[in-house]
Amino acid sequence: MSSAAPLLTVSGLKAWYGESQALHGVAFDVREGEVATLVGRNGAGKTTILKSIMGLMPRATGEIRFNQKKTLGLRPDEVAALGIALCPEERAIFASLSVWENLLLPPTIAGGGFTIDEIFSLFPNLKERRDAGGTTLSGGEQQMLAIARILRTGARLLMLDEPSEGLAPVVVKQIAQTIGAIKARGFTILLVEQNVNFARSISDRYYVVEMGSIIDQCTRSDVEADPARLEKYITV
Amino acid sequence: MSPITTPPVAGANDTRALIFAFALMLAGIVIAPFALYPVFLMKVMSFALFACGFNLLFGYAGIMSFGHAAFFGSGSYIAAWTVEALGFSPELALLAALVGGAAIGVVFGYIAIRRQGLYFAMVTLALAQLLYFACVQAPFTGGENGVHNAHRGAVFGLFSIESDLAAYAFVSIIFLAGFLLVARVVHSPFGQVLKATRDNEARALSLGYPVMRYKLIAFVLSSALAALAGGLKAIALGLATLTDVHFSTSGDVVLMTLLGGIGTLFGPVVGAVVASSMWEYLSRLGSWVTFIQGFIFVLCVLAFRRGIVGELAALFKTKL
Amino acid sequence: MTIFGISVVLLLSQLLLGLINGAFYAVLSLGLSVIFGTLGIINFAHGALFMMGAFIAWMLLEWLGIGYWPAIVLSPLIVGAFALVLEQVLIRRLYKLDHVYAFLLTFGVAMMIESLFQNAFGSAGKPYAVPPSLRGALDLDFMFLPYYRLWIVVASLVLCVVTWFAIERTSLGAKLRAATENAPIVQALGVNVPRMMTLTYAGGAVLAAIAGVLAAPIYSVSPHMGTDLVIVVFAVVVIGGMGSIKGSVIAGFGLGIIEGITRVVYPESSSTVIFLVMAIVLLVRPRGLFGRTS
Repeated sequence: MSSAAPLLTVSGLKAWYGESQALHGVAFDVREGEVATLVGRNGAGKTTILKSIMGLMPRATGEIRFNQKKTLGLRPDEVAALGIALCPEERAIFASLSVWENLLLPPTIAGGGFTIDEIFSLFPNLKERRDAGGTTLSGGEQQMLAIARILRTGARLLMLDEPSEGLAPVVVKQIAQTIGAIKARGFTILLVEQNVNFARSISDRYYVVEMGSIIDQCTRSDVEADPARLEKYITV
Repeated sequence: MSPITTPPVAGANDTRALIFAFALMLAGIVIAPFALYPVFLMKVMSFALFACGFNLLFGYAGIMSFGHAAFFGSGSYIAAWTVEALGFSPELALLAALVGGAAIGVVFGYIAIRRQGLYFAMVTLALAQLLYFACVQAPFTGGENGVHNAHRGAVFGLFSIESDLAAYAFVSIIFLAGFLLVARVVHSPFGQVLKATRDNEARALSLGYPVMRYKLIAFVLSSALAALAGGLKAIALGLATLTDVHFSTSGDVVLMTLLGGIGTLFGPVVGAVVASSMWEYLSRLGSWVTFIQGFIFVLCVLAFRRGIVGELAALFKTKL
Repeated sequence: MTIFGISVVLLLSQLLLGLINGAFYAVLSLGLSVIFGTLGIINFAHGALFMMGAFIAWMLLEWLGIGYWPAIVLSPLIVGAFALVLEQVLIRRLYKLDHVYAFLLTFGVAMMIESLFQNAFGSAGKPYAVPPSLRGALDLDFMFLPYYRLWIVVASLVLCVVTWFAIERTSLGAKLRAATENAPIVQALGVNVPRMMTLTYAGGAVLAAIAGVLAAPIYSVSPHMGTDLVIVVFAVVVIGGMGSIKGSVIAGFGLGIIEGITRVVYPESSSTVIFLVMAIVLLVRPRGLFGRTS
């Protein structure tokens, strides 16, 4: 693991949707090359945290540092240019674009991203369907596409919001393998998941989010020693 | 998303403010003819009624029509023509204008209500343009000359309104009646549903309200009032022209409402007063008036969306 | 010779006239549609931008002796620059609000522009000569086809095809199409969406201005030439389906032709037939011929 400062540091993050406050002072960090996971129930604020990092929240205060640079207040495209990429929960594959156009949509911001050939060898069905309309793909394929398009750009921190949601177990396994391959390349991943089993197969560290705050954190070894540690936060 | 944020729930303070404002308006109506020309004031009240009807739709139902001149102009032509060609007394002419406006409102509304938001505005604009061209060609509108009434007639055949002061009294009564009707509708259960629909149509629908029907009713009410206002103007000035039905008049009523204060009861009235005064006293500037009007539009939209009365209401933390 | 009692020559000449009008409807509704698709606003100033395009061409000729061909490049550039500033300074502030406000703003701006030109140049139309290279006509047996009118139809079709290609087949177009679906995510993926919106508005203005220069020799150049036209174009866009390029082009040309035929068969209705078609389309298929159900 890296010995330097964390790639991403969040401290005192508060965020609002209109009048209602969604985050109440969130603090955590993500180290380079690791897979950090935000776990928690529906509505806990996990997606809001990702949106705040990306600059998509109408109102957010606190401090977020990426590679020592402050990012709060930057426009979303400026945040992306620094090297952060988002794979949103709704996947946001564009219907009026072909698979190929969807894949090439995000501009390249740095070297070190996957090449097209590498992406196609990781996701062979995307190569087959490259001229099809984006939303004619199955759910699993759309998820692959959503991940693939941010691999190309050269972003170092990939934020994946519930990549396993609504997908068949065999597809979920594929995605877990894909994320493993991405991590092996040296990318840093901030994952949001409700599916604890999925998270367990790839995460290095966990942060538990509840009602807009981080109430617990633990490492992979903690969870291996005591699997129920995370369960108690998820079971309703 | 609605054009205006909903002010807080009305309380006792608000009722006092409303009554005070109404008393002020009443006093103004009584005193004004001693200082200003009654004919000018009657024109102002017609526009004020026009704007009140428009505001019912725009401010309270959250629907913007950009073709309301169709109703104002129709009312104007119907009133003028029934007096001139059929010898109607003024109250019958106004009734005819009201009914005619409502009928056209049903037709236009039914067609336009299929689309929402900006589409709706465009459709109403196009439909009004259709009516405009029809009026240009129809024989009974007198084309460029318009319809002239030599006499105003007598209300119920008994009360002559040939004198400007008598006509002024008549116009004031009709205006106040229209204003109070709007106030009543806004505070009624129907009005509440309209406001709820404006703020969150999806929720109103899910609560089981027949949203489309309510919107259509609001549209027809608004068009009827606009037609009544047009008829009032025709009777007071003895003239109905193509300008009444031209889309610039549609723009004028939007400006009046915006300037005065969308979604307030007295906003349209204040807007009509300010706009009419501007047109009257700046008329020697010729076509620069249009420039100023456009500039005011831009200014209001950018920095003054609550309008005069809206800002006053916010200042005094009440509803007007 | 006659068909149904109408002389073929009359019918064909009105069809040609209709095709010309249709060309303008198509190009203008194309610009409106693209602006609406990306920015979500209806640009009432579109007619004023069209008029500016024509007027600047006239000014270039009158004051600087610059002819038609340079003007058809210069005028749209000037109007485009103006539109760029307009979007940056005024329109952009209103995206967060209900889009009705942007519509009203562009209405106010249109009023100001028209009034300025009226005060400067008066209401009467100014003549603009057909450029020498396009004078004359093709002699078909049954009628004359003026070269300039042929040029208008060809130029409009080229504009439509180029715009279609730019939007459907380029990567910039892909970004535009994606932004129409979900602008915040497109921005989160690293695309400078605000700048794209400014350029799109300017692009729509350029289209309107080119149409203005095309129009100058055949409709006389006057401050009001844009406004009446833009209301008809609104109806065209509603019929074709807002945001649809195909819809704008097909509806534009088609309605021009329908208007032309109406002028022969039932002249009193020619100014209203497009609005009547709009009313019917709304009753039967509210989203327009090619519009998306949103």
